[in-house]
Amino acid sequence: MKNNSLWSDALYRLTRNKAAMFGGFILVLLILAAVFAPWLAPYSYSYQDLNLGASPPSAEHLLGTDILGRDLLSRILYGARISLLVGFVATGVALVIGVSWGIIAGYAGGRVDSIMMRIVDILYGLPFIIFIILLMVIFGRNLWLLFGAIGAVEWLTMARIVRGQVIGLKNQEFVLAAKAMGVSNMSMFRKHLLPNILGPIAVYATLTIPQVMLLEGFLSFLGLGIQPPMSSWGTLIKDGVESMEEYSWLLIYPGITFTITLFALNFFGDGLRDALDPKTSDN
Amino acid sequence: MLSIFFKRILIAIPVLLAVASITFFLIKLAPGGPFDADRAVSPQVLKNLNEAYNLDASNWEQYVDYMSGLFRGDLGPSFRFPGRSVTEMISTGLPVTFELAFYAILIALLLGVFSGVLAALKRNTFLDFIPMAVAMIGICVPTFLMGPLLVLIFGINLEILPVSGWGQLPGDKILPSLTLGFAYAAYIARLSRGGMLEVLNQDFIRTARAKGLTEKMVVIKHAMQGGLIPVVSFLGPAIAGLLAGSFVVETIFQIPGLGRFYVEAAFNRDYTMILGTTIFFSAMIVFFNLLSDLAALWLNPRSRDA
Repeated sequence: MKNNSLWSDALYRLTRNKAAMFGGFILVLLILAAVFAPWLAPYSYSYQDLNLGASPPSAEHLLGTDILGRDLLSRILYGARISLLVGFVATGVALVIGVSWGIIAGYAGGRVDSIMMRIVDILYGLPFIIFIILLMVIFGRNLWLLFGAIGAVEWLTMARIVRGQVIGLKNQEFVLAAKAMGVSNMSMFRKHLLPNILGPIAVYATLTIPQVMLLEGFLSFLGLGIQPPMSSWGTLIKDGVESMEEYSWLLIYPGITFTITLFALNFFGDGLRDALDPKTSDN
Repeated sequence: MLSIFFKRILIAIPVLLAVASITFFLIKLAPGGPFDADRAVSPQVLKNLNEAYNLDASNWEQYVDYMSGLFRGDLGPSFRFPGRSVTEMISTGLPVTFELAFYAILIALLLGVFSGVLAALKRNTFLDFIPMAVAMIGICVPTFLMGPLLVLIFGINLEILPVSGWGQLPGDKILPSLTLGFAYAAYIARLSRGGMLEVLNQDFIRTARAKGLTEKMVVIKHAMQGGLIPVVSFLGPAIAGLLAGSFVVETIFQIPGLGRFYVEAAFNRDYTMILGTTIFFSAMIVFFNLLSDLAALWLNPRSRDA
């Protein structure tokens, strides 16, 4: 796909959007920090200096230490791995389910479509957060279950978006021509439909990641998500809240990190949307 | 209008029955019985307990029993709090959660609609940029961070508001309601700005202005009715979000509401309580979604007589 004018146009618009570029820059930094956490972190996330206890930011511990004397900066860096992993993997799960569901419903049309979309409508109206909690309670607080459960909740909007796009595409000449030539359904999806709806998918996926991270933070905050000794930003905020009266930095630094990440993802996602589809931007 | 209403209710009933059934059997899948957690009980006691709570019957019998109780509004006994029924616990927690949600939605609507409409009218001025920047903060700072931060500032550092409780100290309802309301104020501000911008460009607004109506009349009587439809349709799903928010807010501020009961039930593995509240929450959310859809339909003149 070289010289694809849609993508090069979009790239041009994206690079001119300062907020989006800044968001993207922060994201790249965060991802690098998460990947290289073991080399960047000054201490191990579980190394305890019990003599030190909770100490405010200092030269040895840039962001201070928690009540067990663990270096906060290191814990935030390692927490980035879990939080970003949940964000990307659960979004991936949502993407796979939502895109397949939407393509099949949109392409099949008729009764199959209306049944599939009615199911989506019904699921939309249910309190899914409660079902995630239910699953975590019943099957134990397992990281992979968490990915699956969050992904299984967030696919609904994706299915709707993809279906709408496919319906717009399926009567276009190139699709009809491919059909007339006897192209199989599978390669129709892969070669003809999917490449044409990558834009909206990319946009919505970017905007799903912060939602997923919020959900993980929410569950971890309630104690129903990531379990110690592993830590995500959600659990760090939870720990910070428990000791914020005396040691406010334990709440503030993880909180700032989490908020900045959400900002960056939202700005980048909005920028991507404006770049790929200028019609839907709100300005 | 009426036929849509009945159609939706006809769909809602089997959906809720399916939710109740699925939840019931999911909980049966959970490992371990409710009584084998903290201390060992003698086999005879365990047998009596199982008998008392009807756990020795077959799953199918228990299911039929539970579902017929459901129609009478009986959600069974709580496994963790002997002598209290789930229905009773829900009815103690519900008024508290309702009050909290009511204040939160009130704050969200007042703050959100006002700043959103203002931003749309004063587009691209600082009256647009500042509320929208604040709204972005409201969306990116999660409730579980906003709550503790407000406590830290107003409760601990400035010492002007109580840090926990509900209805015990003067002003202890302010911080929880603000925490829960702020995130929704942000969404509503963005939605009403978008909706208003769309409507303000339409011909009937130009006509209204051409008739010589005052700007106030144009905005309040003509533009807001259409411009706020997205806000109205958002209110139904927002109830579901408010519920999740109430889990966090009631935990932070130690409020004895339904949300905190649910989180505690999840920790205590109080299966009947989890089951009962899940069904209850689902029914409530389905109901509010229905209500907000109907309100949005009614506000839109084109669909009013359909």
